[in-house]
Amino acid sequence: MPKKKQDNPAASGGGGASSSAPSNAELNQEMLRSMLLQRRFEERTAEAYALGKIGGFCHLYIGQEAVSTGAESVMRPDDYVITTYRDHGQALARGMNPRNVMAELFGKVDGCAHGKGGSMHMFDRSLNFLGGHGIVGAHVPLATGVGFAIKYRGGDQVCVCFMGESVVNTGAFHEALNMAGLWKLPVVYVIENNRYGMGTALERASAIHDIYERGASYNMPRAVCDGQDVFSVRAAMAEAIQRARTEQIPTLLEVRTYRFMGHSMSDAVSGTYRSKAELDEHMKRDPIVLLRMHMQDQGEFTDDQLHALDEEIKAQVQDAWDFAEASPEPPLEALYEDVLV
Amino acid sequence: MPIITYRDALSQALREEMQRDDRVFLMGEEVAVYQGAYKVSKGLLQEFGEMRVVDTPITELGFAGVGVGAAMVGLRPIIEFMTWNFAVLALDQVLNAAAKLLYMSGGQYNIPIVFRGPNGAALQLSAQHSQSFESWLAHIPGLKVVTPGTPYDAKGLLKSAIRDDNPVCFLEGEMLYNTKGEVPEEEYTIPIGKADLKREGDACSIITNGKMVLVAMQAADQLAKDGIKVDVVDLRTVRPMDVEAIRMSVMKTNRAVVLEEGWELAGIGAQTVDYIQRDCFDMLDAPVIRVHQADVPMPYAKNLERAAKPDAAKTIAAVRKVMYLD
Repeated sequence: MPKKKQDNPAASGGGGASSSAPSNAELNQEMLRSMLLQRRFEERTAEAYALGKIGGFCHLYIGQEAVSTGAESVMRPDDYVITTYRDHGQALARGMNPRNVMAELFGKVDGCAHGKGGSMHMFDRSLNFLGGHGIVGAHVPLATGVGFAIKYRGGDQVCVCFMGESVVNTGAFHEALNMAGLWKLPVVYVIENNRYGMGTALERASAIHDIYERGASYNMPRAVCDGQDVFSVRAAMAEAIQRARTEQIPTLLEVRTYRFMGHSMSDAVSGTYRSKAELDEHMKRDPIVLLRMHMQDQGEFTDDQLHALDEEIKAQVQDAWDFAEASPEPPLEALYEDVLV
Repeated sequence: MPIITYRDALSQALREEMQRDDRVFLMGEEVAVYQGAYKVSKGLLQEFGEMRVVDTPITELGFAGVGVGAAMVGLRPIIEFMTWNFAVLALDQVLNAAAKLLYMSGGQYNIPIVFRGPNGAALQLSAQHSQSFESWLAHIPGLKVVTPGTPYDAKGLLKSAIRDDNPVCFLEGEMLYNTKGEVPEEEYTIPIGKADLKREGDACSIITNGKMVLVAMQAADQLAKDGIKVDVVDLRTVRPMDVEAIRMSVMKTNRAVVLEEGWELAGIGAQTVDYIQRDCFDMLDAPVIRVHQADVPMPYAKNLERAAKPDAAKTIAAVRKVMYLD
């Protein structure tokens, strides 16, 4: 894992998956399934957006799937997850039904928020999925509050808070991490450093570029890992979660990744703030390809199996699409529901 | 019935509700070791310990968000702002998180939280420390906004706010903490959203809330000396507003003065007047007049501050005007 500033942080793990990979073929298959579901789901999301079936802002996670999947692979069902508006991948990795996620994107009554939230606001209380939040940085204090509640109740759960790297420049981030460090709360703050806050590169936004070092300000253990390598994420998260669960010590984990799509559906994939050449270079380290290659190298997975899995997932996503399409619009009387309990 | 201060009434409500429900905790600046900037939380640290009476750094945005997060997963936080002036830093958490999470999540996450602290002007604290925020907060669907003006109302409404499963903004007043009134020893609560007729008359309705209730009562006393008996309608809650209580009073008196502590434009009074014109248009004998803070940041100098604030004399003048006496 890199400890110094690098010109190409996402390349830190080398050309392939790291050698620390577990040999657990079953686990690897589950992780591949999780990542592939996110990928195929969002490819269809982009298609539906282009067709006008999805409106508003829509931020895709493509390229970052190893972060959600690697983190979830070491979490318990009763742990908590909270994230930003780039939340489809996190929602699916947490185990939300693709049908309800797609129906929410379509603004239909069977969406997870009955069509009230849309792309940026996926929630599932039954999975302790505390939502996608739309104001940059503002959900980080909420995660600190969840950590406070866990400690208050004397539980051993952990709250995992995902955020983009641009969050670290907000006041909310600073305030939230200071309290978590001060009070020793069981929260893992995961920075998904995809290099750009909308169109502004990290180096143009942050006075320091090894942003995990900001943990020092909060007396917080900190680490950095390769976000294209699911095993690297898994190992770093395992350590952070263990520390939170057993010692109630928070961690600031920087995960270096890259988004393969634009900031949102209205943003060109490349050409303004990043070059096609840069994008192509990063896309050589597609997290799904890296995991698949590792599994094939290990003899855990044949081409036929991959093909079958992919077809199965495509069918699952098509089912989600069909479900969303068939689901009715929310009834007009719902307009005034759920303002207050 | 015991006569106690507004401060002690709030303190009793906090203590009783923390005894009643161990999910309730108090968090804010100087609430614990210092015993409260205005001593509302005096003794609570000693009784409930540091997990339930929590001093924070000066970090309003942060601890307001901590409260919302804790409320999402089952606790019932009371977040104290040393004053609502400082809560502006935390408004994002009140507006974008607390007020909206239930709706955005399709009914999955309600936020049982109380944001409380003193609101409005005290004495010579000048512009940044002398602001009334009820109209700002009342604008937001998903919140309840409570502004008690007496010790009795303060205790009963705070207990209701803490038991409410929605986010409640609870606006107190520095100038109210030392005021005294009757507060029963036995348990009681006051429903949120219900106004209270603090004085009965037939000449005019003074409709008001919060700290201005005292001003309205002073005005009513003075007017009574001239034989003018007015209704004083204390809204107590500004969201939801008790429209029926406004209507009942104005239908009786046919005249209204709306008194509020804050600025004029888009104020609580503007909304009150809208309700009156919609419900009582044919019953009005005169245009409704509003009394409010001058449309300026609060000045420091005593005479300027006095000129800027709504007071009994301005209220009396307004009543006499709607009665065509002057």
